Amino acid sequence: MTDVLDPPSVAERHEHHEEHGPTGILKWLTSTDHKVIGMSYTVTSIVMLVIGGAFAELIRAQLTTPNNNLVSLAQYNELFTMHGSVMIYLFMGPFAFGALANVIVPIQIGAPDMAFPRLNALSYWLYLTGAITMLSGFFVAGGAANFGWVAYAPLSNSVNTPGAGADLWIGGLLLTGFSAIFTGVNITATIFYLRAPGMTMFRMPIFTWNMLITAILILLAFPVLTAGLIMLYCDRHFGTHIFSVAGGGVPVLWQNIFWFWGHPEVYILALPVFGMVTEIIAVFSRKPVFGYKGMIFATITIGALSLGVWAHHMFTTGTVLLPFFSIMSLLIAVPTGIKMFNWIGTMWRGEVWFSTAMLMALGFLFTFLIGGLTGIYLASPPLDFFTHDTYFVVAHFHSVVMALMMGGMGALYYWGPKMTGYLLNEKIGKAQFWLLFIGTQVFTFPMYLLGLKGMPRRIGIYPNHPAWQNLNDWATVGAIMIGLSSVCFLVNIMYSWKKYPAGDNPWDGHTLEWFTTSPPPHHNFYRLPQIRSERPTWDYNHPGHSAAAHGHAGEVLIEKEPVS
Amino acid sequence: MRNEAKLLLSLGSFFGLMVAVYWFWSHENAGSVMMFCGMLLCFLPGSYYYFWSRRMKPRAEDDPNATQASGAGIVGTFPGTSIWPFTLGMGAFFVVLALVFGIWLLIPGLGLAFWAIIGGTAEGRRGGPH
Ligand code: HEM
Ligand SMILES: [Cu+2]
Repeated sequence: MTDVLDPPSVAERHEHHEEHGPTGILKWLTSTDHKVIGMSYTVTSIVMLVIGGAFAELIRAQLTTPNNNLVSLAQYNELFTMHGSVMIYLFMGPFAFGALANVIVPIQIGAPDMAFPRLNALSYWLYLTGAITMLSGFFVAGGAANFGWVAYAPLSNSVNTPGAGADLWIGGLLLTGFSAIFTGVNITATIFYLRAPGMTMFRMPIFTWNMLITAILILLAFPVLTAGLIMLYCDRHFGTHIFSVAGGGVPVLWQNIFWFWGHPEVYILALPVFGMVTEIIAVFSRKPVFGYKGMIFATITIGALSLGVWAHHMFTTGTVLLPFFSIMSLLIAVPTGIKMFNWIGTMWRGEVWFSTAMLMALGFLFTFLIGGLTGIYLASPPLDFFTHDTYFVVAHFHSVVMALMMGGMGALYYWGPKMTGYLLNEKIGKAQFWLLFIGTQVFTFPMYLLGLKGMPRRIGIYPNHPAWQNLNDWATVGAIMIGLSSVCFLVNIMYSWKKYPAGDNPWDGHTLEWFTTSPPPHHNFYRLPQIRSERPTWDYNHPGHSAAAHGHAGEVLIEKEPVS
Repeated sequence: MRNEAKLLLSLGSFFGLMVAVYWFWSHENAGSVMMFCGMLLCFLPGSYYYFWSRRMKPRAEDDPNATQASGAGIVGTFPGTSIWPFTLGMGAFFVVLALVFGIWLLIPGLGLAFWAIIGGTAEGRRGGPH
């Protein structure tokens, strides 16, 4: 059951070259190895996190006191627009589907590389140039884009927002959009065609499953955004009137197009992190994933429903079918609830090891629960009419995105050793976790209250309103704590640089990436174990228990039913 | 192959159901068209996979009892390094900058892009870079 092939026969599965390829900058420019590209993605997206975070701290600094004039109102508009844009388009998205997925998915299914390595490299270059394009708006006359990260018509037309900054925003988004589409193609093809023998669909790790659904969502959603951006550009420069009433167009069409991409995008960011968290919780509870198939079913359902909920962002436009979108949005709570239940079930009676990665995953569970519950409020039109465009919404989605950030950080602590060969320091990691976790709650709770007390979002200056003042102070304190946690992370990287060799399998992992070396060799594997469950590496390392899969820890199945 | 096909076909069917309900309830065009196209985007590759899944033997990765040896043989060619993705990326970069700073930037943009497409294709014909 656990026989391993000797090196040559696996190596023969693909042409072998390039053990001695270029190094340094030439390697960065020319490599098509998914691990090198994934690493470039990781570093670039973390640089984007730092840039977007710096904008966030500036926003909070401006909002600490009423009638503050640290930045001008025009600059404030640029700041919140570019904060949101950098965070969503340039950090969280590429981090979720470009960075970790790129490195981990091929290894988890026993593939030598992505299906289209050169397309994968192209994705990275489009991402990098897109990021540079969008950010270069700060250096042109008139400044960067300032219409919010959603670029609503008619604010985004050439009369209300003239200037190169807005066009650079559109151009940058076109480039990163194509980058995402190519990554979606690549991940789907890799998962469909490059699995190792015995790695049936229903033995794939949950992270890989989630990346598959994410990739399909990318393919469904991103082309719509790209088309919308081209229309927007035509409206701005070629005199079409798709989004302007004056020429017979429909401004609210932009919102429909944008959110038809925008809501699936939320799950394009979230599903990868759900996958990361699932892997972390199972490994650090030393148990298989509880309800493996239920998890997959929930992921598919979330993906399917996410295409039919976009207009919950548009309730107050008065042009949408409220009951349909409300019901569909509420339905998403069901599969998400299944996931919550299964995560807790995975930990239940496990030997939980509170490593930094595990703490981050737990922080994700708590924070995402808050974000999800407040999301249920917002899915109800009467409540949304009351809170729309207030800080309640800002607080809701920051609960969500900060939870995703925690999950992502946890994944860096969990998979970073596989990618680099070295562990990060756990003490600094735990300091980072507590700052991030407490900071997030200190940051979001006042914003929920501010929203309920009527403070609108996207205002750079607010009057001296006694009910708002303390709350704004606390939100800024929280933002500073989150900033410090990111500093901890960077310090940890420098402090732990090549200090703690990880070995191949530091966490007693379940999935194939823990079977190979850290970092994995070119084309990933010298040998592969026999794959008989969704935990091949664990089966190999614990021969006595190998069939205890599918959530029945301890119960030994003699013969597994064929799943295919 | 069968499960891959089933996944896409069931997603497509779900979108079909959803767009039917949505259209008859709302008569809203934009969203209905987008959802309908989403359905097509699932059915197209889904039915292709389904077609093949009925005609081919299960692959080693679809066989729960496959041994590693059953996957022996060449999986595909995986180029080690290539400069052409970078070249093509730079081409696309200049094309996009042409949208903002002036049409003349199309010259380097399209130039780089064509060079990369020719170079990349030639490289693929040779069986990958070495
Ligand atoms: C240090 C952590 C962060 C802080 C202190 C912070 C702060 C803020 C604040 C105060 C606003 C509201 C600005 C306004 O409405 O005037 C905002 C907006 C926003 N933030 Fe964050 N944020 C943080 C992290 C993130 C992350 C990680 C993401 C996404 C991954 C994100 C995405 C957004 C988006 C999309 C907006 C909306 C921008 C708009 O209104 O156009 N933020 N942020
Ligand atoms: Cu949404």
